[in-house]
Formats: sequence, C-alpha cells, structure tokens
Amino acid sequence: MTEANLEKIGELLKKAIPPVADRELKHDLWPQMLGRLAEQPARIPWFDWTLLAVVAIWFFLSPETIPIFFYHL
Amino acid sequence: MEVLEQFAQGDLEAFEILFRQFQGEVYRWIVRIVRDRGTAEDLTVETFWRIYRAHARFRPEGNFGAWARRIATNAALDYLKTARREVALPDNLAAPGLQRDPAVQREVLERIERAFRELPARIQVAATLALVEGESYRQISEALGISEAAVKSRVFRAVHLLRQKLKGLGVEP
Repeated sequence: MTEANLEKIGELLKKAIPPVADRELKHDLWPQMLGRLAEQPARIPWFDWTLLAVVAIWFFLSPETIPIFFYHL
Repeated sequence: MEVLEQFAQGDLEAFEILFRQFQGEVYRWIVRIVRDRGTAEDLTVETFWRIYRAHARFRPEGNFGAWARRIATNAALDYLKTARREVALPDNLAAPGLQRDPAVQREVLERIERAFRELPARIQVAATLALVEGESYRQISEALGISEAAVKSRVFRAVHLLRQKLKGLGVEP
C-alpha cells in the first residue's frame, strides 16, 4: 500500500462522505446532561437476584459443576 | 487545577464548569466521526455521563481534554457498532471507476459510502479521522488509546477492505 494509494482512496472518500457543513454546537447541552444525571441507575430485577442465589447455592452444594458451568458459559 | 481536583472528588459544580468548557470540543470531535449532528449531541451527553461516572479515575494533573476525547471516541465507536447500516448493496450497476455521467458518479459515490459504512467500526473510525478528516496519526492514536503503528495498520486495513468490497461491486478505485 503506497502513500499515493492512500491519498487516492482518501480523495474518493472525501467525495463519497461529504463533511458535516456546520460543526459548531448550536445550544447548551447542560439541561440534557442534568436530565441524564437525574435518571435513576438501572435496578437489577428480583428475578436476576433469585437466579444468582440459586446458582450460588448450586455451586456450594455441587462444586464439581463449576468448571462445567464455565465451560458452557 | 482546582476545578480538576474538585471534579476528581465528584463535585457537581466543578463538573458543570468542565462540561460548559469542553462540550463544544467534544461535540466537534464526535460529529467528525458519526457525521450526524443530532447523534453527536446525544453522544456528547453520553460522553460526559461516562466522564462523570469515571471521575474517581481522573488524575487532576492530567489533560482533561485528551481524556474526554478518548471517552468520546469510545462512545462514538459503541454507537457505530450498534448502528451500522446493514444495507444490501445492489449489484446491477457495473461502474468501473468514477464516470463522467453525474448520475452514475453519484451512484458510485453512494456505493463507496455504503461499503465504507459496512467496515468494522474500529477500522472505520481510524480511516474516517485519517483519510477524510486529515487528522494526524498521533492525534488519532491518543484518541483511540492505541499506538500510531496500530492506527496506520487500521487505516491500511480499511483501504484494503474497501478496495476488495468495491472490486466486488465493479468499482475500481
């Protein structure tokens, strides 16, 4: 791959992918940011906790199944 | 320096100061990669959300702008991975090279863009910044958190894959 090839492809891409005309941010995004910050962190559903507990108990009772579990994971 | 220290401790007012100072820069960087203003706005907020959550990992003596740019690049990459256009390319147009006919030329350029958008996101980002935006390998390497050699490798790979795709479509760049 030569520099000339790169330049050629680059020119072609510049024609195919036109630049975004106006790259300046038109308004303050802080209000959106505040909204995002106010969102509650995602809660883990009770079912996932139950599943985790079942798997943990299973591993405790049958530790020999741990490698099999991770093999199939 | 004081603002950076306060931010690193999780201070919201310090975060707001940094947000207002760097939102434009982050936005401009992202819009170069995703090339859509609305998406770039959303990703700017997403970037600062990640920045805020990672405040404890920021070292106040470090360069906040460079750190923000790297996080912004990752956010844009994640977006491109999930939003890649899976458009089937039509195969009824054999166009060897760029034609003089404007309609054919437009069709060829559309094919090139679609083929480019189908490249893996990591390769696409490196190629967009290097070949379309003319950013230096050094700046790209800092934004992607990889070596300059790795950036060059991704750009070369992009060109190689693009040529292969275009050849298959009857376009000889």
